[in-house]
Amino acid sequence: MNAEKNIKLWSTLGMRATFGLIALELAKKNPELIITTSDVSTSAGLDRFKKQHPNQYIDVGIAEQNLIGVSAGLSSEGFKVISTTFSPFQTLRCCEQIKVNLGYMKHKVCMVGLASGLVLGNLGFTHCSIEDIGSLRSIPNIAIIAPSDPYELFKVLSEAMDYKESVYIRLTAGSNSKIINEKNYDFEIGKAVEILSGKDVAIIGCGNILSNCLDAAKILKEKNINCSVVNMHTIKPIDKEKIRNIAKNYSLVFTVEEHNIIGGLGSSVAEVLSDEGCNCKLIRIGAEDFYSSGGSYDYLKNIYGLSTEKIVEKILLNYKKNEK
Amino acid sequence: MKIVKLKNFAKQVRKNIIYTAYKAGAKSAHIGGALSIADLVAVLYSDIIKIKKSRKVDENRDRFILSKGHACLALYSALVEKKLLKKKDLETFESDGSKLLGHPIINKIDGIEFSTGSLGMGLSLGVGVALAAKKKKKNYKVYVIIGDGECNEGSIWETILSASHFKLDNMTIIVDRNNYQQTGKNSDIMDLKNLKSKFISFGCDTFEINGHDVKKIYSILSKKNTKKKPRVIVANTIKGKGFKLFENNNNWHHSVITKSIYKEILREI
Repeated sequence: MNAEKNIKLWSTLGMRATFGLIALELAKKNPELIITTSDVSTSAGLDRFKKQHPNQYIDVGIAEQNLIGVSAGLSSEGFKVISTTFSPFQTLRCCEQIKVNLGYMKHKVCMVGLASGLVLGNLGFTHCSIEDIGSLRSIPNIAIIAPSDPYELFKVLSEAMDYKESVYIRLTAGSNSKIINEKNYDFEIGKAVEILSGKDVAIIGCGNILSNCLDAAKILKEKNINCSVVNMHTIKPIDKEKIRNIAKNYSLVFTVEEHNIIGGLGSSVAEVLSDEGCNCKLIRIGAEDFYSSGGSYDYLKNIYGLSTEKIVEKILLNYKKNEK
Repeated sequence: MKIVKLKNFAKQVRKNIIYTAYKAGAKSAHIGGALSIADLVAVLYSDIIKIKKSRKVDENRDRFILSKGHACLALYSALVEKKLLKKKDLETFESDGSKLLGHPIINKIDGIEFSTGSLGMGLSLGVGVALAAKKKKKNYKVYVIIGDGECNEGSIWETILSASHFKLDNMTIIVDRNNYQQTGKNSDIMDLKNLKSKFISFGCDTFEINGHDVKKIYSILSKKNTKKKPRVIVANTIKGKGFKLFENNNNWHHSVITKSIYKEILREI
């Protein structure tokens, strides 16, 4: 499969539909692949998969605790299992099953959390997901990855199938998502990628919100502030070396995430900075521990300081403070 | 002859249970719920479940999952009789770093399929394992024991729906209906009403038996399942069965067997 050729198409489709297309490819390469879902075949772009590979598709109905138990049971018998449903139900609804079956017993399941972050804001916060990273991060033996765009999702899924432990893949944004990676690049779980270089300020982000980070960097450049933008796609295990280097080279660092600033990417980076005794200043941009009124993706991004304009504003303010 | 063999196996299981609980001393142990399933576990391991000690895990072995993991003393005791564990392993029960804790820890070589203890989870693993057998075209069978108190968990009913939906005729679910849970009677805490009719309505091939009648237990477990449905056995049992001091006395749900009590109850075997 020439994945590079699909970059434009996939970004139009968005991560969910792309996941369904990639699953068809994975089934070709992995006869022992089974995809388990909780009544979300259409939402996960899996209708074709379900038709073409009925023996590799199991729907347990709207029963996420059972979804994880059945997935772990299949995994214990040697199947490669991908489970999927909407992010809140894939993570918090069955959190203890994830702890016991994937964390404690180490059965390997690749969990795909659909429409995480704020993209379903119109549906209210039952369907938004700003707690998934924080909840899963405290469970040992599970990697957490937030691909920046559908092309990166392709790379993540290919690696996750043979990764040493369970993986939670956090999908963000909807259809017509922004392209972050325009051409092929080296991807490795746990290795951050600098997608823009700049000497004044470092922005660390994950997921499709990186598009707002890149746009913000463009605006800031016009104001003579050069930002480095780092795609920290793997939140766990986090790339400590990269963070150490960032702390060495920048006195002002921002994290940007479609998640509560408690427990997510910002917390992870802060932990490394603290453990390593780094003394750069870190500003965490994201949901500041409250549920807002619901609304469109853009509406919520604006409320949580994640719109391009709000990111620019925050960086400018702190940059000026830092200069004094 | 077979019945004598089953009864002797059950007697050994009970002996091992109280021995282990006694050796655990002040660490205490879940006694009542282990004794209520002693006969069920004895029949399973004596004559039903195909598993033997080997250095490599046999893919064709039958799978036993103790979803009510706190009754692990019954499982450990049966595994000793099956020679998968050593009797002296029992003396390490709940001690620092032991492989035999107060809830089972996954250890397939010793015959422990999964780590259980958080209620309502083992059954779901069983559905995954039974589905895997169908997909791999393997003939192994899956046996899961759940507690009646455990049936308070909603996840049990999610899982029963799916076992029935997927027509898992390679799966047998035994409900230890001892009528008690941690702090009292089921009927006082969360009344389960008619369990048998619940399982029937979920589409399971359901039996209700005396869970201490080894002959009856054997006759159902040894019967081929021709119904294309999961089999459910609601086993009416007595919590603490086998020792007058413990029977239907919920103080022995989790407690300490002192030397004098041990000496006294040993006479009942």
